[in-house]
Amino acid sequence: MPQQWIETFVFLAWLAGAAAFVLGLHRMNSPATARGGNRLSAAGMAVAIVATLVHVATRPGGLGTTAIAIIAIGFLIGGGFGLMVARTIKMTAMPQLVSLFNAVGGGAAALVAIDDYIRVLGTPEETVSTAIFVVLGVAIGCVTFTGSLVASGKLQGLIPGKPIVVPGGRLLTIALAVLAVLGTAALVLGAGGAVALSPAAKLFILGAIIAAGLGFGVTMVLPIGGADMPVVISLLNSFTGTAAAMAGFVINNPVLIIAGALVGAAGGILTKLMADAMNRSLMNIVAGGFGGGEGTVGGPGVEGAGGSVREIGPDDVAIQLAYASSVIVVPGYGLAVAQAQHVVRELAELLEARGVDVKYAIHPVAGRLPGHMNVLLAEANDPYPLLKEMDDINPEFERTDVVLVVGANDVTNPAARSNPSSPIYGMPILDVDKAKSIVVIKRSMGRGYAGIDNELYTNPKTGMLFADAKDGLASLVAAVKAV
Amino acid sequence: MNEELLSAIAIFVLAVLVGFEVISKVPATLHTPLMSGANSIHGIVLVGAILIAAEADNAVSYGLAFVAVVFGAANVVGGYVVTDRMLQMFRRKPAAAKAAPDAGGDAAGPG
Repeated sequence: MPQQWIETFVFLAWLAGAAAFVLGLHRMNSPATARGGNRLSAAGMAVAIVATLVHVATRPGGLGTTAIAIIAIGFLIGGGFGLMVARTIKMTAMPQLVSLFNAVGGGAAALVAIDDYIRVLGTPEETVSTAIFVVLGVAIGCVTFTGSLVASGKLQGLIPGKPIVVPGGRLLTIALAVLAVLGTAALVLGAGGAVALSPAAKLFILGAIIAAGLGFGVTMVLPIGGADMPVVISLLNSFTGTAAAMAGFVINNPVLIIAGALVGAAGGILTKLMADAMNRSLMNIVAGGFGGGEGTVGGPGVEGAGGSVREIGPDDVAIQLAYASSVIVVPGYGLAVAQAQHVVRELAELLEARGVDVKYAIHPVAGRLPGHMNVLLAEANDPYPLLKEMDDINPEFERTDVVLVVGANDVTNPAARSNPSSPIYGMPILDVDKAKSIVVIKRSMGRGYAGIDNELYTNPKTGMLFADAKDGLASLVAAVKAV
Repeated sequence: MNEELLSAIAIFVLAVLVGFEVISKVPATLHTPLMSGANSIHGIVLVGAILIAAEADNAVSYGLAFVAVVFGAANVVGGYVVTDRMLQMFRRKPAAAKAAPDAGGDAAGPG
């Protein structure tokens, strides 16, 4: 009887955890309640995990020493690693860390499904439905594992960010998908008794599905350009949720099903929002390397540009800025990498003291993830109301004297508006080129994350200040003080 | 199809619908923290990892369960901590609080 009571409490605790996830996500809708929402969600997670420990410790037979050691040591290693990295990582490197955590989550879901399949193999528990959920959990989990690792590697620069298109690569992707589908069919039919398969053969097929899933994750993400990585990570995040839900079906656990389905759906919506912000369809992105991977990335921009670049020194820029009545700063990833948030703030304060109207134009996908730039500028204590979103600021460029582009590239490229042959054609951009004068701080004439040339740099109104974002801004601060 | 499975599928479908509703109204600024927050929630797979660890009775299972626990724990702990760090930066400070904003100013001083 007491055992039943415990089971009831465990179930209710799982339910409470699931409810906390829903409410927590809901509170993350607004900046004011977001932090509390995340903490509520974390509390729900703690409740669910403690309940699970109670559940396994109090069931008949108890918990073996080996199991206790596995759980305790595994938690200390995994949790310790997560805690350390999450606390010490620079905020600029945070997107690849999220992708890494996503990878291990997907891997864990796959492992849970694999382990359960090995256990039920050959027993009456091996039903058609179990086989379906196992292969779904394993396949999706494996895809997110390697896919997220590749995405993380691309953001970290370990793997080149530009689309990697191998001849026949798409065929390989399709072949792997077909292999996984065939394997799934074999295991499901085998479980139903329609096809006689030995347990060894079934394990072999499962191994083939694992290999196909791992391979598919790599071949799916490699041909996708770095600029699309945010959308891909969000998509993989949604996949991991789905894999966790499938693992929940396999081991028949409600909290896994609810939380996994919640993340699967929420991640799906988020993915769509991000793709919309870039005016690209999800299919288009996943189809790889900027809409079909023609391999001509960069070509059209070069022809269209043709003009020469005008270089400009810090003193000239300082004079322009100091005597302007309105200035818009367009921060990009280069600013984030150089840790120049604080210097740009100092420059803005100097200009404001001279009566210049300073605003920031934030492109939705500036940085590496939507909202990433807002996080970084918030870190530097920039006043929230001055950060303008794209739709609010775009009409203002025409009336602006000087636009200062710091380490941003693709999100300012006019080719997105004017050149139908450009790979980024149709992506909403900041209409920087409409301002009276433009200054670009940039280390070199190197290309942006999308790997294409930017016509803005050859615009006669544009002056290029070649410097690291932080050094360039610091020299401007000094020069403005001297004006 | 047994009844347990049917109710599990019902739970799944309802949770998917809740997920759609809960997300649809988030401002773009919060997309990154939100993705990270959702990312920590699928760390719930740690619960699954603990359950299979408890059932394990051979070397293969022990190994799989151990790696699953490590992965799940990294996902949960790291995910929540990094999300909290992001959201900490959204604290809205009153304008008066910028009394000593001189971070990073030394680089420009002697110019």
